[in-house]
Amino acid sequence: MGTSLAFHYIFAAIGVGFPMLLVIVEGLWLRTKDERYYRLARTWSRVLLLLFAIGAVSGTTLSFELGLLWPEFMRHAGAVIGVPFSAEGFAFFIEAIFVGIYLYGWDRLSPLAHWLCSFPIAISGALSAAFVTAVNAWMNTPAGFRNDHGRAVDIDPVAAIFNPAMPTEVIHTTLAAYVFAGFATAAVYAFTLLREPANRYAGAGLRVAMLVGATAIPLQLVVGDISARFDAHYEPIKLAAMEAQFHTEAPAELTVGGIPDDTTRETHWALRVPYLLSILAFENPHATVRGLDAFPERDEPNPVPVHLCFDTMVGTGSLLLAIAAWWAISTRIGTKRPGTWLARALVASGGLAFVAMEAGWMVTELGRQPWIAHGFLRTKDAVTTAPSLDIAFYGFTILYLFLATTLAWLLLRIRTDEDIQVPAGAIAEGR
Amino acid sequence: MFGMPAEALVACVAVVAIALYAIFGGADFGGGVWDVLASGPRRAQQQEIIGHAIGPVWETNHVWLIFMIVLLFTCFPPAFAALSIGLYTPLTFVLVGIILRGAAYAFRSQVYHEARLPQFWGHVFGIASIVSPFFFGTCVGGLTVGNFAWTSPFALCVGLLAVALCAQVAAVFLTCEVRGPVRQDFRTRGMIATVVLAALGALALGSAALTAPHVFAALRQPQSLPGILTAMTLGFVVVACLWFRRYNFARIAVCIETVAILLGWYASQAPYLIPGELTYAQAAAPPETLRAFLVLSMCGGALLIPSLWLLFRVFKNAPLEYPG
Repeated sequence: MGTSLAFHYIFAAIGVGFPMLLVIVEGLWLRTKDERYYRLARTWSRVLLLLFAIGAVSGTTLSFELGLLWPEFMRHAGAVIGVPFSAEGFAFFIEAIFVGIYLYGWDRLSPLAHWLCSFPIAISGALSAAFVTAVNAWMNTPAGFRNDHGRAVDIDPVAAIFNPAMPTEVIHTTLAAYVFAGFATAAVYAFTLLREPANRYAGAGLRVAMLVGATAIPLQLVVGDISARFDAHYEPIKLAAMEAQFHTEAPAELTVGGIPDDTTRETHWALRVPYLLSILAFENPHATVRGLDAFPERDEPNPVPVHLCFDTMVGTGSLLLAIAAWWAISTRIGTKRPGTWLARALVASGGLAFVAMEAGWMVTELGRQPWIAHGFLRTKDAVTTAPSLDIAFYGFTILYLFLATTLAWLLLRIRTDEDIQVPAGAIAEGR
Repeated sequence: MFGMPAEALVACVAVVAIALYAIFGGADFGGGVWDVLASGPRRAQQQEIIGHAIGPVWETNHVWLIFMIVLLFTCFPPAFAALSIGLYTPLTFVLVGIILRGAAYAFRSQVYHEARLPQFWGHVFGIASIVSPFFFGTCVGGLTVGNFAWTSPFALCVGLLAVALCAQVAAVFLTCEVRGPVRQDFRTRGMIATVVLAALGALALGSAALTAPHVFAALRQPQSLPGILTAMTLGFVVVACLWFRRYNFARIAVCIETVAILLGWYASQAPYLIPGELTYAQAAAPPETLRAFLVLSMCGGALLIPSLWLLFRVFKNAPLEYPG
């Protein structure tokens, strides 16, 4: 499941973020009649075709795997969290319909109607991400039911959707999708610019991608800060693991980097900033921040990966912000060509955005362990009892690796091949 | 709500979703079957028409499946858990088929100018299109026999039956996609598929009579007979419509036939979701969840239906003129 989820998460994120790029680039084409934007939109719709197909099948797989791998979780939680999943189903329906119209309707719809069809894709993509993340938020802060000896009773599906963690987590994850889609696309075009400085499309593609990425990243850091403060109140044990806070402290210092040692309960080689954790978590330099020692050991996540992933996420996120600022200033928001070093940094930003996103996901998943739904159901009690689990696991991993390789190879070829065939008449007629 | 228990209403929504998936998803799978079986002088054109017909709609058609799964785990969670454990192996095969099929279809469309790759992905697409409905069928068959015996003779017959049904629906739909000689190819294929389907249906009934008498008895109950007899009659209607080149009527007939098969089976199972173990009422989630789901389905449906109409309006309004 982890493999499928990590795989799906990448494609889902691009599937959520990428349509926004299409909305912008096709809108720019309609406004400026600059055929570079038209060709970019056509190229990107091929990218969308591949990504959406893979995103859709990996999503189908996940909906099955919920049952195949976590039958007990679904038996207990299905009735509580099924409704947001169903809402996601409808959002995905709308997205699939308009993706079909968009991808195959270039010659069947007027340019304006075609452009309008990109909006439902972007909106329902964001909504489906929101609904799915609402489920994940529920796993972090379960709500909308009463725990009657391990059975969920008095279910209130609406309260389950609007659980405490939902607003921040939904915004944080949706923005992550825009950050990733923006920087990943920017990286591809920055790379093209470095290799072929004369390429006419790379500059335009880079600009559109960075408009999305550079808008999303500062918002993301703000929301990230709010999430951490949220955790301080609602998921203190996760915050303690994230910050490698073994001991309860007042005032608490912020541990930056370092390697937590679970046996000695200390973090080595870390940079420590006095008062900062108390300030960040509670806006009060003398506030008490509970450490892992404040909780029973059987409820404790492993702080080593959680802390490392958390610092990786914050670190790469900050680097992305710096790169975005550098881009905005030195290219005047994309109106001038980026310099060589900026282009190199932008190439790196694609990888950084990927790392930031996956690390963030690891934080929320590993930080919740040993629970699958916090305080309600433990992961080990939720997993399937079906036999030959590891054969299926290796089989799916190999299958996904194979598909990912093929997909990456095809996507890279699309980029190199950006001079797609557009019917000559189409541009002259304003199509 | 509407004087019916909520779980009965949800079960109705489920029937609609299953029927739509069987028709549209089935047509997609069947398209893959005919892609593998493409033959004769117009082999390439047949494959091109299949690709043309499936392209804009296949993702949408497969969302019905996701919707069914979600419905099952939201509204009947214990049944979902039991089915997932009991049918773990065939469902895994279904999944592998769905993954490979979707990926192969998308990959193939991007490598058309290569030498060998389109053929390779075409084969993957076709074989996966046979594997998925076959194992779906064995799941249904295994569920019907009891104890999730998906390798029992009856279940294997249902697997074959499912593949034939997909092929029949697809061939009939494809006759409405194109004019000219290629249409004749699909017309012939539609008639052959219907005959094969009838033979496999007889085989399934026979295997039920011999190896699973309780299934045979359930299928002969007064509640399931109308569906089964309608399906048999419509099989003849489909062949007749194709014979007289009434393609649109054939399309309607094949849809009703599919629904009738499902209703016949559904009625033979009622009131059990998992025979002998769980009824719909026993498996149902609490009424709050069912109500929320129904409200959501109404709102979602209000958005979904016009969108679907637009999709089919844009792409399925007229058959392609094909010089062939």
